[in-house]
Amino acid sequence: MSRRRRLAQGLAVALVSAGLVACQGEPGPPVLTWYTNPDAGGQDRIAQACTEAAGGEYVIETAGLPREASAQRDQLARRLAAQDSSIDLMSLDPPFIPEFANAGFLAPMPDDVAQRVGDGVVEGALAGATWSGELVTVPFWANTQLLWYRTSVAEEAGLDPAAGPVTWDQLVEAASATDTYLGVQGTRAESLTVWINALVESAGGHIVEDPSADAADVAITLDTDAGHEAARIMSEIGRQGLGGPGLPTADENATFSIFQGDRGSFMVNWPFVWPAMQSAVEAGQLDQGVLDDVGWALYPATVEGEDARPPYGGINLGVGAFSAHPDLAYAAAECIADPANQAEYFISDGNPPSSTQAYDDPAVQEAFPMADLIRQSLEQAAPRPQTPYYNEVSGGLQQTWHPPSGIDPERTPRQAAELITAVLKGEQLL
Amino acid sequence: MTSATAPTRGSRAAQPAAGGQGRDAARRRSAASDRTRAEARLGWYLAGPAFVVMLAVTAYPILQAVWESLFSFRLTAPDERAFVGLGNYRVVLTDEIWWRDLGVTVLITVITVAVELVLGFALALVMHRAVRSLRGVLRTAILVPYGIITVVSAFAWFYAFDINSGFINAWFDWVPGIDPDLNWFAQTGTSLTVIILSEIWKTTPFISLLLLAGLAQVPTELEEAAKVDGATWWQVLRRVIVPNMKAAIMVAVLFRALDAFRIFDNVFIMTNGANGTEVLSLLAYRQAIARLEIGLGSAISVLLFGCVVAICVVAIKLFKVDLAGARGER
Repeated sequence: MSRRRRLAQGLAVALVSAGLVACQGEPGPPVLTWYTNPDAGGQDRIAQACTEAAGGEYVIETAGLPREASAQRDQLARRLAAQDSSIDLMSLDPPFIPEFANAGFLAPMPDDVAQRVGDGVVEGALAGATWSGELVTVPFWANTQLLWYRTSVAEEAGLDPAAGPVTWDQLVEAASATDTYLGVQGTRAESLTVWINALVESAGGHIVEDPSADAADVAITLDTDAGHEAARIMSEIGRQGLGGPGLPTADENATFSIFQGDRGSFMVNWPFVWPAMQSAVEAGQLDQGVLDDVGWALYPATVEGEDARPPYGGINLGVGAFSAHPDLAYAAAECIADPANQAEYFISDGNPPSSTQAYDDPAVQEAFPMADLIRQSLEQAAPRPQTPYYNEVSGGLQQTWHPPSGIDPERTPRQAAELITAVLKGEQLL
Repeated sequence: MTSATAPTRGSRAAQPAAGGQGRDAARRRSAASDRTRAEARLGWYLAGPAFVVMLAVTAYPILQAVWESLFSFRLTAPDERAFVGLGNYRVVLTDEIWWRDLGVTVLITVITVAVELVLGFALALVMHRAVRSLRGVLRTAILVPYGIITVVSAFAWFYAFDINSGFINAWFDWVPGIDPDLNWFAQTGTSLTVIILSEIWKTTPFISLLLLAGLAQVPTELEEAAKVDGATWWQVLRRVIVPNMKAAIMVAVLFRALDAFRIFDNVFIMTNGANGTEVLSLLAYRQAIARLEIGLGSAISVLLFGCVVAICVVAIKLFKVDLAGARGER
């Protein structure tokens, strides 16, 4: 018994002293944790490069977030509401930035940093990183959708998207004439909101008129000509079966695989599809002929003669309000968002830069023949409603505008507006 | 099972006091009550820690949820937290989404429990009657689906039925109604079919395990006696086996019904509530976790808890489910 007790005491002393050593230790530089969205490994590489460049001033470690954008938001918001000090840097999807900024989850950006990181950024990305007139996040990469098409199908339909902007009506006609499928995202998820917003904005409307309003005063302006036009296009594609039988569950990857198949024709999608097709050809999973058949153009217009407002996405860098080292975190964010890093990230992961300068990089131009088009699309792009209640707005749209074949161009926009308004007033569940 | 139990307090008290001396009897009574007290104390020592842990991990969160459900509270706007009384409950109960989700949840519960009971009973009979050398392998094989994490099995079923990556449409295109263009997750009926099938596949082993325990309790003498009397297999099953394992059946149904009522993973993975397949747990999740509306989410959780309690009460009071009986304690 006594021997056992002595052993226990010895173990306890050893454990406590080990703990003390651990506490006294860590004489190294402060560790910044960067919460990153899943990618092909590019953010890890940038973290390492910036750690080396910092020369011992700080160390960046990455921590992975869930795959779904909404799940990323859930996790970050819950942790920040609990004042999690481990969040130094985070990769933020732009639609959620107003909510985070409004809740005080983001550390204020020093003026000099704002000046530097706001310089030479494409218009869409700058707007997405801003909340009530101030830059609250560092623009990192900016995404936009292009119209990808199979040249053979376009020729058969007598359409040349490269020559000038095409409209959604033209695409509907072409797909119906050639008996092919349009690549659009009709699944009940964030990508559906992306599509609705682009259609409404391209028709000259907005889903939310005054994004900075309080919850009870947010005005949903969907019951307008622009809203009805957007609903008409989506319901036509849904009712005529032009998106294929998979439309109600089609996300970006599903539409991408339809596009590469026998009945692929036109698709709206992010630029990741380009490096993905190239590596598929290299791996022998895709015919070189398909890749040679692919063309690209600006996002389709809703109204003929009016410029399209393509979707805007991407990732901005936020600094956690409860970080122990906000100054170092901002220094790290500046390093991460350096145009050279953005260019490299574009080539390695297919995520386009927010810096205009990065597009002039010869390596970028070589890897992405459509780089200039992407830059132009980003300058024209319209962000999704920048309101702190974006989650409710997007959720309400997804509930009422799904499935696309069930949309009634006259009634659905009004139903969506009524639902979202009631939810924001706390009178209804979402 | 029940024959070899220690003499109970009742039987001791019933013993006639030998010699009829009052003092003796009094001493015996006090000894008995000393012993009772000691037993009670031991009971508390043994069960106390678990009781405290239960209070900490279940009672406290439940009470906290009840408290939170009385507030309008959004996690991103902690300053705007305001007491609204039963307002959240009014919003929930007057919303058709709640009633629709309740209907879907009840539908899934009823169908899965009914099918699983029949299938589970058949599997339990197979396991019970299997040749001794095969018994171990058979039990393991039947239990495999239950050992798989629900999220993993949900993904497996999702990808099997998915219109792009699935193989079900190609394998079963000879079945009327199934063709390569059938998108299982685009309509309510087909989505619910896959969800229910996956749920049945996953949890039938659980119910069959509980029923197997019940089968083991049926005295073999009764079965043999019935056979000697010329009863058919069906008569033995109906008149001897089932009545003797009624307690086990009721417990299996109750446990499975409570489980099925709280279904979440399969729906979350396969449709995320699209096409009118949303269930109550998912509704609570979306309000509390996705919208960060702690008040509304708590109110739904409390109502969901109320439903579960109601199922328990109905089962125990109305159908007289005897939890102790199922374990062979009586």
